[in-house]
Amino acid sequence: MNTKELVIEAGRSEKRYWQDLWIYRELFYFLAWRDILVRYKQTIIGVAWALIRPFLTMVVFSVVFGKLAKLPSEGVPYPILVFAAMLPWQFFANSLAESSNSLIANANLVSKVYFPRLIVPASSVIVSFVDFLISGMILLGLMAWYDFVPGWRILTLPLFILIAFVAAMGAGLWLASLNVEYRDFRYIVPFIVQFGLYISPVGFSSKVVPEQWRLLYSLNPMVGVIDGFRWAILGGESQIYLPGFVLSLAIVVLLLWTGIWYFRKMERTFADVI
Amino acid sequence: MSEPVIRVENLGKKYILSHQKENTSGYRYKALRDILSEKAKAVAQKFGKSEVKKISNPAREEFWALKEVGFEIRQGEAVGIIGRNGAGKSTLLKLLSRITEPTTGKISIQGRVASLLEVGTGFHPELTGRENIFLNGSVMGMSRVEIKKKFDEIVAFAEVEKFLDTPVKRYSSGMYVRLAFSVAAHLEPEILVVDEVLAVGDAAFQKKCLGKMGDVATKEGRTVLFVSHSMQAIAQLTKRCILFDRGKIQFDGNTDKAVSLYISGQRDDNQKPAFYQAPLTKTGNHLAWAQVHASEGGVHWWGEPITFEFALQVEEPNERLRFLFLVVNELQQPITKFWFFDSQAPFLRESGRFIVRCHVPKLRLYAGSYSLSTWIFKRREPQILLESVTNICPFEVSMGSKERPGLLGYEWNPGESIYLEDATWETFKK
Repeated sequence: MNTKELVIEAGRSEKRYWQDLWIYRELFYFLAWRDILVRYKQTIIGVAWALIRPFLTMVVFSVVFGKLAKLPSEGVPYPILVFAAMLPWQFFANSLAESSNSLIANANLVSKVYFPRLIVPASSVIVSFVDFLISGMILLGLMAWYDFVPGWRILTLPLFILIAFVAAMGAGLWLASLNVEYRDFRYIVPFIVQFGLYISPVGFSSKVVPEQWRLLYSLNPMVGVIDGFRWAILGGESQIYLPGFVLSLAIVVLLLWTGIWYFRKMERTFADVI
Repeated sequence: MSEPVIRVENLGKKYILSHQKENTSGYRYKALRDILSEKAKAVAQKFGKSEVKKISNPAREEFWALKEVGFEIRQGEAVGIIGRNGAGKSTLLKLLSRITEPTTGKISIQGRVASLLEVGTGFHPELTGRENIFLNGSVMGMSRVEIKKKFDEIVAFAEVEKFLDTPVKRYSSGMYVRLAFSVAAHLEPEILVVDEVLAVGDAAFQKKCLGKMGDVATKEGRTVLFVSHSMQAIAQLTKRCILFDRGKIQFDGNTDKAVSLYISGQRDDNQKPAFYQAPLTKTGNHLAWAQVHASEGGVHWWGEPITFEFALQVEEPNERLRFLFLVVNELQQPITKFWFFDSQAPFLRESGRFIVRCHVPKLRLYAGSYSLSTWIFKRREPQILLESVTNICPFEVSMGSKERPGLLGYEWNPGESIYLEDATWETFKK
């Protein structure tokens, strides 16, 4: 018998929380697995949806920004420039939308069983990550199409994926816990996603932004992430604006840290409020 | 005796009720608008130095769902938790299973707790039975290996082999709950917390569930906390019961005592035990009131005398007027019928209110819950039903002791029979 004593008390910040998170680690997998399974049930083309949407967006952006507006392309085919940014952006935007709604969508679980609640938004970020990997195939396809061979810098890509993950997780935690209490965020999130697409350097290179504004521009955490992705994937001419990157990185870390803090603070009342 | 595995001290849980037009009970979603308008009001008051009285906001009211609750439960004990709706049972279970935090007090638990507050938590309608077993199992805290090991057992218990690869949204509701209960029943925690889940499936499956729960408690030696409104199930599964009333413990001890306290207490509030009063708006020949004079506050001890008393309001006397009543069990089956066909009865010729009493020197109904149905009618050619009232005067029958007299270890089991005759035996060698 497990003789470890569990004490439940008001306002007691459980030291066991992180330990529980480990004990329930399979639940990350199961919830993500469920969402993925359910997503493409009763659809005809199934997983292909994960490819079609980013691909079409990429086509539109390449035409509008590359062909019509004739923005600079950092010396690579414009579709690749766009898609290198589209990948992390789609991942971030999907995570935001999914995780902010995740607790409410799983309200029946939250109010009926115990498990560390952090698992719920985290596994919806994981689901978006799976989509991210699938649409990564489009990038490979584009590279093959344009005969584009990435340099050694592609090896640093996992680091930037991690940063993207942290950014998505941090923002997702904030929005998930806010949404439980204030349903207004259900309407705010689509706006963030919509505006974010235009104020992040997805359709264009961040070099387009005038030098004196670049630091300010880097307050958007996705700027650092996207620049990092481009730097790793495109190689060559692509440069990272270092002060801006550090600033973005700091904001990403801050976002996650405060996100966890706020989530943990609100978590206690989730079951009562939801 | 063994160590207590659950120790609860001075436990309390407070909720804030907001009384608003949109929602009269429970928690209302806070919208940013509310917060902002509250802030704005506060600012306006500060500047306007308004005469607004500082009342403690009448729209917000504190409500203690549980207060000053304390008890201990030992390893291997099966404890029933009973009480009326809103007595705090479910809140207690939620606190024990860590779904929500207590406002005051402390709970210490030794061992893994699995709580079954609802059947099919986490079931997803789009997923197949097979997929849902894994999902539900993991939500309940089972590991994948554990689920795989038990998979066949779960499927067999639920009797859904054929439909394993059908999405559960196409299941019949019976199949759905069977599968859900089956997953839950195969959890193996040290402490199992169960809320009302036995009210599922058909009678045969309910019996199977009860049996399974009994095994968990007795054979497997696990600690079980069991909430139910079914006194039968409580009596069958537990020896100790905690009775809750308005958030506090009213009684903690022997199950029989707790159950009879609960049953008698249940009726105190709005009606006298085993009593019926007709609505004042009734007209014509009707039953004005009825009462069962049982052994003790609505509980009849098996084999004791009992009196059924009725008041008939007769406004149109008639030679053919007759009265009868039935004793009906919980399943709405008539158990016994009593009729009053006296052609000399005074209400055949006069109007007014008449008392009709029916004495039974030894009523030998088996333990359970019963109620009455009455009929007032005109006999024959053609028979005309004037009034029928059903499900009135609910009363309980108790066997008097948990075990059979002179037969230690043989308990009265609910549903064993409907009627128990008093008999004498003889045996001899021929």
